[in-house]
Amino acid sequence: MTPHAWLLLGIYLLVLLALVKPLGIYIAEVMAGRPILALRLGGPIESAIYRLCGVRKDEEMGWLHYALALLLFNGLGVLAVYALQRFQLWLPLNPQQFANVSPDSAFNTAISFVTNTNWQGYAGESTMSYLTQMLTLAVQNFLSGATGIVVVIALIRGFARHTVKSIGNAWVDLTRITFYVLLPLSLLFAVFLVSQGVIQNFSAYQNMTTIDITAYETPKLDAAGQAIKDAEGNAVTEPVAIQTQTLAMGPVASQEAIKMFGTNGGGFFNANSAHPFENPLPLTNFFQMLSIFIIPGALCYTFGRMVGDTRQGWAVLAAMTILFVVMAVATITFEQQGNPLFAAAGVDQTVSATQAGGNMEGKEARFGIADSGLFATITTAASCGAVIAMHDSFTPLGGMIPLVLMQLGEVVFGGVGSGLYGMLVFAIMAVFIAGLMIGRTPEYLGKKIESFEMKMVSIAILVTPLLVLAGTAIAVMSADGRAGILNPGSHGFSEILYAFSSAGNNNGSAFAGLSANTPFYNVMLAIAMWFGRFGVIVPVLAIAGSLAAKKRIAVTVGTMPTHGPLFISLLIGTVLLVGLLNYVPALALGPVVEHFMLWTGH
Amino acid sequence: MSHPTLSMFDPALAKPAVVDAFKKLDPRIQWRNPVMSVVYIGSILTTVLWVQALDGHGEAPAGFILAVALWLWFTVLFANFAEALAEGRSKAQAASLRGAKKIVVAKKLWEPRYGSPVDLIAGSELRRGDVVLIEAGDMIPADGEVIEGVASVNESAITGESAPVIRESGGDFSAVTGGTSVLSDWIVVRVTVNPGEAFLDRMIAMVEGAKRQKTPNEIALTILLVALTIIFLVVTVTLLPFSLFSVEAAKAGSPVSITVLIALLVCLIPTTIAGLLSAIGVAGMSRMMQANVIATSGRAVEAAGDVDVLLLDKTGTITLGNRQAFAFLPAPGILEVELADAAQLASLADETPEGRSVVILAKQRFNLRERDIHALGATFIHFSAQTRMSGVNLDGRQIRKGSAEAIRQLVEAAGGHFPEPVARAVDDVARRGSTPLVVADSAKVFGVIELKDIVKGGIKERFAELRRMGIKTVMITGDNRLTAAAIAAEAGVDDFLAEATPEAKLALIRQHQAEGRLVAMTGDGTNDAPALAQADVAVAMNTGTQAAKEAGNMVDLDSNPTKLIEIVETGKQMLMTRGALTTFSMANDIAKYAAIIPAAFVTTYPQLNALNVMRLTSPESAIISAVIFNAIIIVFLIPLALRGIKYQPLGAAALLRKNLLIYGLGGIITPFIGIKAIDLMLSTLGLV
Repeated sequence: MTPHAWLLLGIYLLVLLALVKPLGIYIAEVMAGRPILALRLGGPIESAIYRLCGVRKDEEMGWLHYALALLLFNGLGVLAVYALQRFQLWLPLNPQQFANVSPDSAFNTAISFVTNTNWQGYAGESTMSYLTQMLTLAVQNFLSGATGIVVVIALIRGFARHTVKSIGNAWVDLTRITFYVLLPLSLLFAVFLVSQGVIQNFSAYQNMTTIDITAYETPKLDAAGQAIKDAEGNAVTEPVAIQTQTLAMGPVASQEAIKMFGTNGGGFFNANSAHPFENPLPLTNFFQMLSIFIIPGALCYTFGRMVGDTRQGWAVLAAMTILFVVMAVATITFEQQGNPLFAAAGVDQTVSATQAGGNMEGKEARFGIADSGLFATITTAASCGAVIAMHDSFTPLGGMIPLVLMQLGEVVFGGVGSGLYGMLVFAIMAVFIAGLMIGRTPEYLGKKIESFEMKMVSIAILVTPLLVLAGTAIAVMSADGRAGILNPGSHGFSEILYAFSSAGNNNGSAFAGLSANTPFYNVMLAIAMWFGRFGVIVPVLAIAGSLAAKKRIAVTVGTMPTHGPLFISLLIGTVLLVGLLNYVPALALGPVVEHFMLWTGH
Repeated sequence: MSHPTLSMFDPALAKPAVVDAFKKLDPRIQWRNPVMSVVYIGSILTTVLWVQALDGHGEAPAGFILAVALWLWFTVLFANFAEALAEGRSKAQAASLRGAKKIVVAKKLWEPRYGSPVDLIAGSELRRGDVVLIEAGDMIPADGEVIEGVASVNESAITGESAPVIRESGGDFSAVTGGTSVLSDWIVVRVTVNPGEAFLDRMIAMVEGAKRQKTPNEIALTILLVALTIIFLVVTVTLLPFSLFSVEAAKAGSPVSITVLIALLVCLIPTTIAGLLSAIGVAGMSRMMQANVIATSGRAVEAAGDVDVLLLDKTGTITLGNRQAFAFLPAPGILEVELADAAQLASLADETPEGRSVVILAKQRFNLRERDIHALGATFIHFSAQTRMSGVNLDGRQIRKGSAEAIRQLVEAAGGHFPEPVARAVDDVARRGSTPLVVADSAKVFGVIELKDIVKGGIKERFAELRRMGIKTVMITGDNRLTAAAIAAEAGVDDFLAEATPEAKLALIRQHQAEGRLVAMTGDGTNDAPALAQADVAVAMNTGTQAAKEAGNMVDLDSNPTKLIEIVETGKQMLMTRGALTTFSMANDIAKYAAIIPAAFVTTYPQLNALNVMRLTSPESAIISAVIFNAIIIVFLIPLALRGIKYQPLGAAALLRKNLLIYGLGGIITPFIGIKAIDLMLSTLGLV
């Protein structure tokens, strides 16, 4: 960690934590439908939307009804995204005349954007028309984010309410969070991004002649799009030399803003936020990092406010922040350390006025080690998945941290809504064991945690490891799965593990060393994404319903406090123990062994 | 207490437990414990692999597979042994109870009165509503209520207390229990239960059934344990493909063997807590029995651990049962001796300790001799909860003594008035923590008798202890507010309910429950029954009425109202032991990974030996040491499971910090030491 890295991390946390409270209050007021200025201004439009859709806004739903509404809503989203990709050639705003997307890729992308994963098997600038980008992908960026937020709001209501059957109206919640929170924030941010140089147009792509001739090696692909390998399992490459460059255009800024706020992460361009048209400057980069964490952080405050004890929200936020800082420092440190084999070869990897030092492979020179490391930590801690550097090129341990953050279940800030509900599931688990240890029936926020809650908590915690580990196992066992690996050995294993961890936990970032746009990976990862999303949402809503129906029990000296340092450490311990133990063997065979091999010179 | 207190590894218990441990290998029994049945299946699988390896074509050396298989079988057996040991203790208790259930001949009365003709029938044929006569030397054939007569009864078969108790019709001492015997006199009893529902039957069923009926928290915990088991099953099953891929990618070593995967699985799943879970429950119930408390369900015991508010009857719980007359405070114009005389007359037939103490005080002060109430031709007016006074009608005089409020109403109704100095005296007495009894003759108030309450020694400390546990104590008394407040202050209770009527008690409980608190109550009288039925944890005194016993969900055989503190502790202990062992079990996994992961993959990736932080001798030794540790830790923890973790009345946070340090941090560190020690032992003995 250089002084610059410490300063960056410090300022980042300072600005973030300062914004958490005001936005948290605003979200709480919006979701409660209080007559604040925004709701009075937007009221007529909101009412018009309800009338148009036939929503009776005062009718509340039980958890099952709420869950079915969300499933229906997202199911329709999948259909829409799929259909538009399949017909884009015949629709307007397609200046590059991109063909209709293949069924398996379209299916994968549809699931991916609906589940807030935004895993991209395709390259945006060479696959999607502007219409597809705007009307389906950007729209789903809003709606999948909204889905995550309303689920956590419903869960918080479960804690806050007592002896009632309902947890809110899904349609009203979705409308309010989109209309009053996501849209205005994105609009503001998009305008800011345009002012800083992010493009926003419908022009056709522009061809430029470059001054230098660029020569590089590219992996050779067979007819099926798979990398061809030699006898040793290394990818076969061929040399290429070019002097023209096509500059992709498009309505980028409008999509960029919600890509961050909704922790979506699906880039307009294949290079994602590493692309200068998406993220031109260190300043835009700072605000992009901020916009990823801002809603997940604010929701913690919303949580505390809604349950009537803001200390509860701060405690959860503290646990997240501590985990985050440790992980960020680790990633940046490992990256700054560089590659020992380069050092042996005489490459200068030290920090100086003219270079960032460390492991710069796959990183943008304008961002350097600190920004790249911090961004990688943020994007994988939250389920964003946007990237400004190639995680595949990180050092083994530097790349393991993003992997671990996803495998924890995306609870360190996490996705909008999903991070907090994931963390609350861990909190329920923590209080269950701790409650037993102090000799009382476990309770959290005045609600008894009984067998139904534990059943649902178990499902929510089981689903993702099952998808990730089983998916990885199937992939490494099948020829189709192994065909996509570009690197041999343990790194190839890490690539597959990363892909399934990213999909199962709805992150969407890629290790990028895997040719994943094949029918096998498109289908396998789509399954992981769908069940990784709704296999958790449904049990979480069930918990919300069950908690809402319970009596609230009084706080006494015998009640375990859930806001102090003790609880924070207990929560961190539970997240690490329950979240990480499942992945220890897999990590040992991937990044850990790669690290030892690297440092012992193999 | 006559129930034998057996030591933990008493050979009398341990020997049958060893036999039972093998009997429990029956798959139908194993199936009930999902986590342990995974170990069971693993043991069978490794045994098959060993047989396959015998001719040298196995996946690993036969000796290694055998060692793993044997220790997996031991793991299952140790868990069975723990359960059998706990069951053995409660079986012994049940057997001693069953000894009390003998075949008796009942004298069934034709009509429900003494002197009616009798039929001799077997006690087991008695139905609810039958009326029987029990005479000196007879055994009481069934639970029932005395409707006529008085007798001394030996209840040692149930309570273990050898001193006989008096059972009489009416009042709070009318309940008799089947299996106890009448020592002197006779009683006529109406049977209140059908065969098989008797108190003794319930006790035996309770003790024996502690294992079958899972408590709510136990069910929730089992769900969590099963979920962890499924996760680790997925982890180990997927490890085989990962290993195959790695071998191919690294072009070195051989894939991990099934034996090693099974060993890893068994080490990772929470066998420690799963193996001891049922023993903890059975032992908890058995501890309650040793404390002489019979709970109707494990659920009730567990609920006791959650109690927030404890309602205690003042009399007999907080103060010694009897208030003593302490002074006569006459009204203006009345001599003290006149008051004493009237008070004595009003108390002659009052057999309560208070009544007797008035007679004694009158004799001490003015040498007033006791007079025979029948010779005087007086009619005695009994105390009732409605009138709240008692007295005597004699020669046209109507002498009454009772609460100030009741006497005021009486006097004013009769056209007299309640003198101001008397009212002041009443307040003074009450403020001192004593009870004022006002004596009146028709419309004329004679004065006040001061009854002094004596708070039990050590009670204040117990309440302080409860407060530290987070339990609020509320004293319930029929006394007026001032009296109640003074005693409450002296005894150190948090709150009190004065002038309590059955309705007021019920309302208080409901109010606390509506605020989200769990209420416990002890009671013995019939008028406590509604409140007992409403309370979440209700402990009825064994000396209490049948109605109270049926309304409660626990019966205290010693009839010691402060027993609730022990009940709460036992309830908490059961939960704490489960929670602590779960934490311990999960924390152990870190060390087990550190032992097994490098060992399993070192042939493929020698660099992984860097993770072998314990520097274990060889891969085989590492795996076997981990499996052995996993098995014998169960045996080491049996005493803890049976005894329960000691509960200390600290605040929740302090208690959690302490237990997290011991069982969380301890759970991380202990296996590192244990596995290393086993590895050293094995390598020193040359076994690996």
